[in-house]
Amino acid sequence: MSEAAKPRPEFRNINALRDLPSYRWPLAALVSGAHRLSGVLMALLLPFILWLFDKSVSSEISFGQFTSAFTAGLGIFPGWFIKLVTLVLIWAYLHHLLAGLRHLYMDMSHNTTKDFGRQSAAGVLVVSLVLLVILGAKLFGLY
Amino acid sequence: MAVNYGSKRTVTGAHYGTADWLVQRFTGALLAVFTLVLLAQVILSSGPIGYDKWAGIFASQWMKVLTFAVVVALIWHAWVGMRNVWMDYVKPVGMRLTLQAITLAWLVGCAGWAFQVLWRL
Repeated sequence: MSEAAKPRPEFRNINALRDLPSYRWPLAALVSGAHRLSGVLMALLLPFILWLFDKSVSSEISFGQFTSAFTAGLGIFPGWFIKLVTLVLIWAYLHHLLAGLRHLYMDMSHNTTKDFGRQSAAGVLVVSLVLLVILGAKLFGLY
Repeated sequence: MAVNYGSKRTVTGAHYGTADWLVQRFTGALLAVFTLVLLAQVILSSGPIGYDKWAGIFASQWMKVLTFAVVVALIWHAWVGMRNVWMDYVKPVGMRLTLQAITLAWLVGCAGWAFQVLWRL
């Protein structure tokens, strides 16, 4: 090497608590951040998901425990709280799936224009939130 | 030719994460396909879905095999994702390794539970 490597610039003036809320989040950034957040949520709640799967398929009796968790509650958690956690999981799954399909499409098509990024991000948000309202209404017994 | 194994293994720089990147796509695609397959069986069944119909979906051999593959894909996918999150936000090596080890134990434990449920069916 002919010349000494220059020290790379470091930026330590970003404070997550102070700066992130005031950042302007373009739609694509919002979808990306929510993709990560929903993935972490599902990884953390994996035991709850497995509990639901276990109870729902193991036997008639356990299926009864599965359904009563949403009405009578589970341990110290009331039924509405179980429904709320399930609603969060439904959102996380819908968003993660749709944002993931957006990634796959972009990888295969190389359709990575600024406009397409924004439009597809808006599409992910609209479709996932509409489906969330439909499934959430069913979960809380509105129809 | 440059040596790329042992102590000379590439652990940083261009393309060291390509395998993980590809795994994330393939496992994600499998999870999406599984969602459609499961959804189709729920929608195409007639009448309200009670225990018999729900458990029946997972009782067939092909569905068990598919679900097994999906559980493997799921924890692999979650591992790549969580590892990325730790690498992005946790800089101290010791803490990062600890969190990665906990994540692995968490995911492998969850997979064991899922297999146990599947085997019983």
